[in-house]
Amino acid sequence: MPKILELKNISKTFPIPKKLFQKKELIVHAVNNVNIDIHEGEVLALVGESGSGKSTLGHCILKLTEPSEGTIIYKGQDITHYTTKDMIPLRQQIQVIFQDPYSSLNPRMNISSIIGEALLEHKITKSQEEYQNTIFRIAELCGIPLEHLDRFPHQFSGGQRQRIGIARALVLKPSLVICDEAVSALDVSIKAQIIQLLMKLQKDLKLSYLFISHDMNVVKHIADRVAVMYLGNIVEVASKEQLFSNPAHPYTKALIDSAPSIKKREKIPYLQGEIPSNIHLPEGCSFASRCPKAKKKCTLERPIFDSYSHSACFYPNNTINGENHVSH
Amino acid sequence: MLLTLKIEGNMSLLEVKNLKVHFPSRHGIIKAVNNISFSLSSGEVLAIVGESGSGKSMTALSILRLLDGTDAQTSGQIIYDNKDLYTLKESALEKIRGNKIAMVFQEPMTSLNPVFSIGNQISESLIIHEGKKGAKEKAVNMLKLAGIADAEIVYDKYPHQLSGGMRQRAMIAMALSCTPTILIADEPTTALDTTIQAQILELIRKLQRQFNTALILITHDLGIVAETADNIIILYCGEIVEKISTQDLFYKDTLKHPYTQALLDSSEEMIPIQGNIPSPLEISEGCLFAPRCSFAKENCFLEKPELKACAPNHYRACFYPCGGAPCPKS
Repeated sequence: MPKILELKNISKTFPIPKKLFQKKELIVHAVNNVNIDIHEGEVLALVGESGSGKSTLGHCILKLTEPSEGTIIYKGQDITHYTTKDMIPLRQQIQVIFQDPYSSLNPRMNISSIIGEALLEHKITKSQEEYQNTIFRIAELCGIPLEHLDRFPHQFSGGQRQRIGIARALVLKPSLVICDEAVSALDVSIKAQIIQLLMKLQKDLKLSYLFISHDMNVVKHIADRVAVMYLGNIVEVASKEQLFSNPAHPYTKALIDSAPSIKKREKIPYLQGEIPSNIHLPEGCSFASRCPKAKKKCTLERPIFDSYSHSACFYPNNTINGENHVSH
Repeated sequence: MLLTLKIEGNMSLLEVKNLKVHFPSRHGIIKAVNNISFSLSSGEVLAIVGESGSGKSMTALSILRLLDGTDAQTSGQIIYDNKDLYTLKESALEKIRGNKIAMVFQEPMTSLNPVFSIGNQISESLIIHEGKKGAKEKAVNMLKLAGIADAEIVYDKYPHQLSGGMRQRAMIAMALSCTPTILIADEPTTALDTTIQAQILELIRKLQRQFNTALILITHDLGIVAETADNIIILYCGEIVEKISTQDLFYKDTLKHPYTQALLDSSEEMIPIQGNIPSPLEISEGCLFAPRCSFAKENCFLEKPELKACAPNHYRACFYPCGGAPCPKS
């Protein structure tokens, strides 16, 4: 399948303003050297703990922040250095669904104008009638009752607000949708409804999703492929089936194991420690400080992403003898 | 084995009877918690499960009368140590709060005071309940037990200098510093990452066993419940729909309340529950879950099913329970 988006060596750093008498400027390395592709009609899930750079990467794709290094290629065109003005036609094609349905809807606008604003901005609809019909159609598709379109965001529950957020993102008929923790703020029963809706829309409208999430249970349902991020690095990319049945990177395994489950299972040793600071990045593997399998090599040398094991690890789980073929 | 039998034979440690928390509003009374009763024995881990708006947190707050001074109208009995906490004077209640019954809150950022050091806040309850002598040593010791390696250094730090996981560890150290008999943990891991969540849950379990503290764990995550709790209360719209043991709920073919079954299906298989939680002002005559239930019959909408014992240690409020044999899917 053709690639809709290619990210090449994307890095994003944020300098921290120097304090008085401070000699060296400190830099937060939010995203380091990320290479990733999204194919057309695919759901790529991006998982990781908070602070791993998932959302920053999403913002780089949307060009809400400029990446410090690297190239973003959307449908064959290099959009890395596009200005805000250049981006306008692309905004129709790349849309975003935000996490918090409470703060991402303007409280002073009614639902119909929230959904319709983008249509007017991009001058998509020619007449008032067409404008109304487009809103009706998308509302119906997203399960928003038409009589609710005159209401305001505060009159809705979290799940319904998220439906409005989805309708707003899809009204422009985008091809790539970035779902930034789109279901994290919702209750269990509502979460399932929204996931089903997102999956149905993805299939019907042939969308590609970059699904940013920290919830492995959700990812297991919606994703085709999964990319795992840790401290700004992609540590593993694999198909969903492979990732869940045979995770290569020890961090991926720890993430899957730590997700609470109602299925009875043996007690699994949980991961020690916390995600380190991304100001002073460790010299070796970023995960070495918490890794149960870390050896001396891991603290000295940074493993590069290896396509054979689909992971950036010297001792991945899924190769025979636990040895990476490259290191032979 | 003997020990567990002995504990089960014990009188219950805490007894909640007909607890109601109502909020008057312009549009009528909002029944946040409506007539719930349960008991807790020593060393037990009781999970209270429900979606947002089901009254879990209100139940937790009303046990220690933390809703006093708000608009809430609370009634019922909370019997602890042969005393009804609802008739106690404020001064007598202060001897129980933090000392015998302690709480861990959801948001470790907003529930710690930003202008006092961590040590200061942990020692506070120790000084109030046990006197100034040895308070610091005990606080440092608690921080160590809570898994903080350099406890002496963290003692002098302020909340903003710690990560979310560390703050929650400090909260747990604070709650357990006076070795309470009951710990109420209100969504203690919701704000944390899953790897940190696993650490914190393991810590709570370990310390709970070590001190033989009874734990009321409030959560919306059935996965956490399966790994932690002994018994479970399922709340829906402020009412108990089911009380069941963890074994019966997750690992046996027990007949269950359709809401419980639906929660199970939605959390693991992502099968959605149709509809939304009703507005607290539109509470119907019959079963509250009936409008969303695929097993509901006519009488469900007219008559409210009572919470009845259906097996030892299993109570259910439903006319047409499902499960047991493979549950017909809607």
